[in-house]
Amino acid sequence: MSFRRLAPADQQPASFAFSEENRKAVDQWIAKYPSGRQRSAVIAALWIGQEQEGWVTKAMIEEVARILDMAVMRVLEVATFYTMFNLVPVGQYLVQVCTTTPCWLRGSDDVVAACKKHIAPNPGVISTDGKFSWMEVECLGACVNAPVLQIGKDYYEDVDGAATERIFEALRRGETPNAGPQHGRHTSEPEGGALTLKDPKLYDGGYAREAMRSSGSGTTDAEAKKPTQGASDREAPAQKPPGAAT
Amino acid sequence: MLADRDRIFTNLYGFESPWLEGARKRGAWDGTKQILERGIDAVIAEVKKSGLRGRGGAGFPTGLKWSFMPKEVKDRPHYLVVNADESEPGTCKDRDIMRHDPHLLIEGCLIASFAMRAHVCYIYIRGEFIREREALQRAVDEAYAANLIGKDNINGWPFDCYVHHGAGAYICGEETALLESLEGKKGQPRLKPPFPANAGVYGCPTTVNNVETIAMVPDILRRGAGWFASIGQPNNTGTKIFCISGHVNKPCNVEEAMSIPLRELIETHAGGVRGGWDNLLGVIPGGSSMPVLSKEISDHILMDFDSLVKAKSGLGTAAVIVMDRSTDIIKAFARLAYFYKHESCGQCTPCREGCGWMWRVLTRMGKGDATMEEIDLLQEVTKQIEGHTICAFGEGASWPVQGFLRHFRPEIEKRIREHGGRHSAPMTPLAAE
Repeated sequence: MSFRRLAPADQQPASFAFSEENRKAVDQWIAKYPSGRQRSAVIAALWIGQEQEGWVTKAMIEEVARILDMAVMRVLEVATFYTMFNLVPVGQYLVQVCTTTPCWLRGSDDVVAACKKHIAPNPGVISTDGKFSWMEVECLGACVNAPVLQIGKDYYEDVDGAATERIFEALRRGETPNAGPQHGRHTSEPEGGALTLKDPKLYDGGYAREAMRSSGSGTTDAEAKKPTQGASDREAPAQKPPGAAT
Repeated sequence: MLADRDRIFTNLYGFESPWLEGARKRGAWDGTKQILERGIDAVIAEVKKSGLRGRGGAGFPTGLKWSFMPKEVKDRPHYLVVNADESEPGTCKDRDIMRHDPHLLIEGCLIASFAMRAHVCYIYIRGEFIREREALQRAVDEAYAANLIGKDNINGWPFDCYVHHGAGAYICGEETALLESLEGKKGQPRLKPPFPANAGVYGCPTTVNNVETIAMVPDILRRGAGWFASIGQPNNTGTKIFCISGHVNKPCNVEEAMSIPLRELIETHAGGVRGGWDNLLGVIPGGSSMPVLSKEISDHILMDFDSLVKAKSGLGTAAVIVMDRSTDIIKAFARLAYFYKHESCGQCTPCREGCGWMWRVLTRMGKGDATMEEIDLLQEVTKQIEGHTICAFGEGASWPVQGFLRHFRPEIEKRIREHGGRHSAPMTPLAAE
C-alpha cells in the first residue's frame, strides 16, 4: 500500500473556503446521491478543492467534513487513501509519468530521464521556475499508446524522451501543446491507419437496425417466463439463520 | 478477421462523432423502447442465451448475474453500478468506449437497469480519466436533453444515470471496494456474502458490471442472441476488444471475435512482434494479473476464457502485453510487483506485507543478488497470499509471479549464477524484511 501523510503544519494554510462557483459544484455533486448519502460526494468535493488550491490542505479536509457532515477522520482517510490527492504543494503543471510495465516496455525510462533533466532530479520537487513538478504513477490506462504521461487533465501519448522535452518547452513558453498521440496517430488505431471499421454502412444506420427489423428477433416474455434450469440459479448458497441445524 | 458488419464498437477509434447524432447514425438508441417492451424476463433470457460473459476480467455470465437481483423491489431500491475504474495494467478498452461511443454505454445502462428493476445507475470512472469523464457527462446530458433517459423518458422506464469518479486507486476496480468508494469511504473490499445483489451500495440490491459488458447489451438485443452466439466458440461467444501493447510493431485496440488465435491477433492487427514472431519471449494475455505465457504456448493458444484457463492463465480483460527477447523479464515482473505493492489497499496482512516482500525479492533477483532457495521461497509466499485475502487482489498479485516462475525460472537461476549469489544480508524467511 502507499504511505501518505498530510504536509507538515508549517506548510498548511490557516483556512480554506470554496469559491462560490465551486461551492455550487459541490452541491451539484451532493444532489446526485440519495438524501442522507451526501458522503458519497467526498471524493468529488476534495477534487474540486484540489483544483482550486492545487493540493489538499488540512483546512480543506475540515471544511469538506463540515459540508458533508462527516467526521474529519473519515475525510482524512479518503484524502490519504486515494493517490491522486496531492497532500503537498505541486507545480503549476503536475507531470505524471506512467512507469508500469506496459509503458516501461515501450521506453518510459527515457520519459523519466527527460523529467529529471527538465524539471528536477527527484520526483515531488518543484522546478526552480515554480512551474513544474513530476512524479511516477501507476498504470494510466492508455497502454496501447505507451509511454504515456498526464499533465493536468490531458494525456500525452506515444511519447519518447524528445517528445517529452518538446512538450515541456512548449508549456514553458506558455503554449498549449496538443494532447493525445504525439507521433501522428489519431487515437488507439494501429500506426499507419485503421485496418478495420471501413465499411461505410456502419456509419449510415449500421447493421443492427436491419437485423432487428428482419428477424423480429428476441425471446418473448411469455417464453422466458417458462421455468428453466436457470430459474433457481443462485450466486451462492442461501445463508442459514443463526442457530439453524447444519 | 472479424467482418466490419459484426462489430459493435463502430467508433472505437473516434474517427466519427461520439455525440448523439453521430451515435444514432451508427445505430445507437434504435428500438430501445421495443427492447424494453419485450419484458424483463425476455431481456434477461436473451442475454443469457447470447452467452455474454463479463468483460471486466472474471468472465461471469452476465444474464445470470442480473437474475440474482431480487424479483420484487421492496423497501430498498435497486441499483446498477457500472465499473469504469479501468486500471488493470495493459487495459485501455473502456476508455475508448467512454470517449468515442458513450451512447452505447448509456443505452446499455438503461436496458440493464430495466432488467434488474433499477431506476438509478452510477457509472464509477477512474479519476485519471478526466477527459473521458467530460465526454461521458456530455453524452449523459445529451441523452437527458433528448428525453432518452430521465424520470419520464420516451423509452418508458424511469431512469437516472449519474457519473461518479474516483481519485486513483486500482483496488476500486474490485466490485465491493468500488461500492465502498461510491459510498464515500476508503476503497477497501467487503467480505462476501452478503453479495452485492443482496446488499450493495447503501445496503441496497446492486449489480456491478463492466463498461464493455453493458455497452454490448443493446446490440445483442437488437441483433439477437443467435448472432452474438454465432461468433467465437461455445461458452466463449461474441466479440471482444483486445488491447495489444508492448513489443509489437503497431500497438492498438481492436474488436475481434472471441477465440481468435493469439498469433493471428498480433500479426493481423498489431503488425506482428517486433523483430518477428521468433523474437517473442512471452505474452501476458489478459492484463497484468493473468499469468504470463511462454512462446511455445503463445504459438497456438486461442484467446478465450476456457482455452487460457487450460493454459493456466486467463483472458482477464484481454489486454495482451507482448515482450520480445530484448526484455529484462525479471525487471518487468519486479515492476509489476511494485504496482501491486503500491496498490494493495492494506486491509489484509498477507497481501499488504506479501506484495512488498515479493517486490523486494524480485528486485534483488533482477540484480542476481539472491539465493536459489529464495526462488522456492518466493513461490511459497505467493501461495500464502493467494486465497488468504478478502478480495481477489491477492490472486491478482500472486498469479503473475507464479506464471513468471513457471516459465522463466531458468532466467533467474542464470542471473543468480552470473552474479555469484546473494551478497547482501543473509536471508531470513520472514514476511517483513
